[in-house]
Amino acid sequence: MVKVRVWGSLAAATEDRTEVEVDATTLRELLDALAARYPALRPQLDRGVSVAIDGKVYNDSWFQPIREDSEVVLLARLKGG
Amino acid sequence: MALDTKSETRQFTVVGTRPLRPDGIDKVTGRARFGADMTAPGMLIGLVLRSPHAHAKIKRIDTSAAEAIPGVHAVVTRADFPVIGDNDFIADILDNCMAGEKALYDGHAVAAIAASSGAIARKALKLIKVDYEVLPHVTDVDAAMKPGAPVLHEGRANETVPEGMSSNVVARYEFGHGDIGAGLAGADRVLERTYRTEATHQGYIEPHACLAQMGPDGQADLWCCTQGQYMVRDTCAAILGLKQGQLRVTASEIGGGFGGKTTVFLEPVALALARKSGRPVKMVMTRSEVLRATGPTASSSIDIKLGMTKDGRITAGFAELRYQGGAYPGSPVEFGAMSAFAPYDLDHVKTVGWDVVTNRPKQAAYRAPGAPMAAFAVESAIDELAKGFGLDPLEVRLKNAAREGTRASYGVTYPAIGLEATLRRAKDHPHWTAPLGSNQGRGVACGFWFNFGGNTCVSMNIAPDGTVNVIEGNPDIGGSRASMSMMAAEELGISYDQVRTVIADTASLGLNDVTDGSRVTFAVGLATIEAARDAKREMCKRAAMVWGIEEDAVEWKDGAAHPAGPNAGSHPPMTLAEIAAIASNTGGPIAGHYEVNAEGAGVSFATHMVDTEVDPETGAVKILRYTVFQDAGKAVHPAYVEGQFQGGAVQGIGWALNEEYIYGADGTLQNAGFLDYRIPVASDLPMIDTVILEIPNPGHPYGVRGVGETSIVPPLATIANAVSAASGVRMADLPMSPPKVLAAIKGA
Amino acid sequence: MSRIHVTTTINGDPVEYLCDPEETLLDVLRDRLGLTGSKEGCGTGDCGACSVTMNGRLVCSCLVLGAEAEGAQIATIEGMAKGETLHPLQRKFIEHAALQCGICTPGILVAAKSLLERNPDPTEEEARYWLAGNLCRCTGYDKIIRAVMDAAAEMREAS
Repeated sequence: MVKVRVWGSLAAATEDRTEVEVDATTLRELLDALAARYPALRPQLDRGVSVAIDGKVYNDSWFQPIREDSEVVLLARLKGG
Repeated sequence: MALDTKSETRQFTVVGTRPLRPDGIDKVTGRARFGADMTAPGMLIGLVLRSPHAHAKIKRIDTSAAEAIPGVHAVVTRADFPVIGDNDFIADILDNCMAGEKALYDGHAVAAIAASSGAIARKALKLIKVDYEVLPHVTDVDAAMKPGAPVLHEGRANETVPEGMSSNVVARYEFGHGDIGAGLAGADRVLERTYRTEATHQGYIEPHACLAQMGPDGQADLWCCTQGQYMVRDTCAAILGLKQGQLRVTASEIGGGFGGKTTVFLEPVALALARKSGRPVKMVMTRSEVLRATGPTASSSIDIKLGMTKDGRITAGFAELRYQGGAYPGSPVEFGAMSAFAPYDLDHVKTVGWDVVTNRPKQAAYRAPGAPMAAFAVESAIDELAKGFGLDPLEVRLKNAAREGTRASYGVTYPAIGLEATLRRAKDHPHWTAPLGSNQGRGVACGFWFNFGGNTCVSMNIAPDGTVNVIEGNPDIGGSRASMSMMAAEELGISYDQVRTVIADTASLGLNDVTDGSRVTFAVGLATIEAARDAKREMCKRAAMVWGIEEDAVEWKDGAAHPAGPNAGSHPPMTLAEIAAIASNTGGPIAGHYEVNAEGAGVSFATHMVDTEVDPETGAVKILRYTVFQDAGKAVHPAYVEGQFQGGAVQGIGWALNEEYIYGADGTLQNAGFLDYRIPVASDLPMIDTVILEIPNPGHPYGVRGVGETSIVPPLATIANAVSAASGVRMADLPMSPPKVLAAIKGA
Repeated sequence: MSRIHVTTTINGDPVEYLCDPEETLLDVLRDRLGLTGSKEGCGTGDCGACSVTMNGRLVCSCLVLGAEAEGAQIATIEGMAKGETLHPLQRKFIEHAALQCGICTPGILVAAKSLLERNPDPTEEEARYWLAGNLCRCTGYDKIIRAVMDAAAEMREAS
């Protein structure tokens, strides 16, 4: 199981928990598992998220490996100027 | 994909030097071709008719009189564009380029015309009759959130917005950890204050411009000034129902962007006019159009609660941020809420952000979007509390600074970061202890930005004479061609002047994300290095063929293939030029390439220091001395790194002191020109001193971090803190224009 | 509306053109003569990107009518280098990295050349005030001022 930290406003979609656990070994599995376990997250997942894995930010790389002890943080999709 | 896990600690020969930029001569002789400098045979001139109302229902548009004018070849309105049903993001961009049922702000496009001359187009534009039903409007963020405020759209709020709020509130964001109440209870003093910033424009000197042509077969070509030709291609294709591969977009030289050219305004309209008229159509905005109808950044209203102990430990930080991003959802408030407390190691931190729509132009990204306003509020509050306790503001920041292992307010745990280093350098710098005169004061503040990576492609072609072309897909907005040539030369082991870097059109290279998020030197640099490594592998293979040895018995060093290892035998090295010369005999032309979605950009921190003098008679604030301390990871071309630090600082000075969008009671923009929207000029400023720190980014082979955006984050509070030190008044409303400062001094 | 016939000299070349009475010199340069080195940043004389000299006087070409160029000597950025030899200001701008995007550069070079013709030894403050009519959004002016001061020093030594 991987622990995933979600930002505060998403806690409404995760039964008021800011840290949830899902089974995943890659970024794609993580996002799929979150959507399946917490359907209320889907609107935000559809709008786009970035995921910080051990402090590095990933946007799209489905097959980025995630270890059980990785620090995983869901972020709003980063876009810049 | 994951990239190099650790950067090499290596001695560079090219990286870190200051060679002349390859486009320098074109740009000092007037030869460089920018957006408005292109022409095509048979070209028409396109102009846009814009709403004079802040908010109005468009009941009817009659274009018949305009179309009857000889020389008018096409008129388009929203009716000429397809209906976008399933994609709010694209639908909003289209609606912003050409209004649908309603005009949502002063300057909103409602129709466009293409004619054989500008004079005819201007005359015809006046003959388009638009029947408006004027509606009540709102341009202030706090007013727009009130129940009963005029509503722009119904049904655009997402699921994060509680029931019962104004329909103008479209999203809510919350970040943080800990228990704010408990944290505040542990403070010796709690500061509560509201800060406001006005919208500012990126202020690039080159107005938007493009030249479009399209045939009835759907093949189209577009030349335009943009931060991302692929973004233009994909956005225009989605809006107009074109195939991406049929629309070729070529980026001109770009006369500044700062985020404002990461979307489209004229381009879909020019294509629609070109399609309808069957002729090339050129469109160029006036400065007034740029200010009225392209994206400034958000204005903001921010409540802060900050607790501090008397020895300077921040016990809790809370910020509620309200940003209006103009007439459509998407203000950068989430980044404000994520970055507000990012420089600090806090046990109790919470931010709440509200995205609000108003009758103003759709905001566009502006250099570290959303972060400067949030930093203004937080860094002002820290300064006020520190001063109240008689503490050194740099020491207070050091005491609370985020470090490796700190859990950031937006969730991540930081790897190695450079904030503490910038603070220590600031403290040791002679600027910090230089004497000050009367009415003068010194301020400091910190800033943070995320930095991005993203989709990137680079091709590298080795010419038969051993010279090298780097082909990349991101417009060169501040010297990036020089940086790419330098990294290519470094990796290949050849001299800088053997390499020429060019920017490809959308048909000539795979997808490249827009030039944003300070990503180019990081991500394109990384792809350039990897493309060079690819070319080197091929050249080693060719040398192995010539020598009759195994490929893995050849290594590349100092610009040549060398035999290596016990079984390689003895062969004189083959230089890149020698291998290139026999490429046809060894398998054909030699090229390297690399395609990646680069992840792993390193976050960036800066500390700024300023001395100001406040004139007690007029309220005018003079910048006397300014120093930027920022981590660059590795400065590839230090002169252009300094340039990014200086340019960002001065944009921040303008935001702090002069620049603002001023709306009249009728909701129209009152200062749509460079005379009244006053950006800093040379006589306003001293030299901007820079200190480059180099704390390598582990996600890049040379340790590079993006440097472009962070420099605009600290100046707002840096200057407000200095004004407070100089005059004793705490300015919580930007800009700190002379009348406001004078009123504050008189009222103090 | 009849067009006006104008005979003038641009960068030393004799030039003739027809222009509309309301057409600016900037429009003539860019759209009729193909001299697109002068840029339009505002069209209202506030940004200086269209700076040229007319009979030796620094003007915003967006505030001069094309018809006013009759009989005048106009100098634009295109005439600043002599063949392969860049003007010292042009060279120093590249050496000092005094441009990022480069859109303001032609106007600033024309204005700086005009300054040094009047005052070969300006103070930093004089340079800053002379160039206050030329907006640059990228550089914060630091490297521009350094390039101008360095070019002035080199030109004084050479003369």
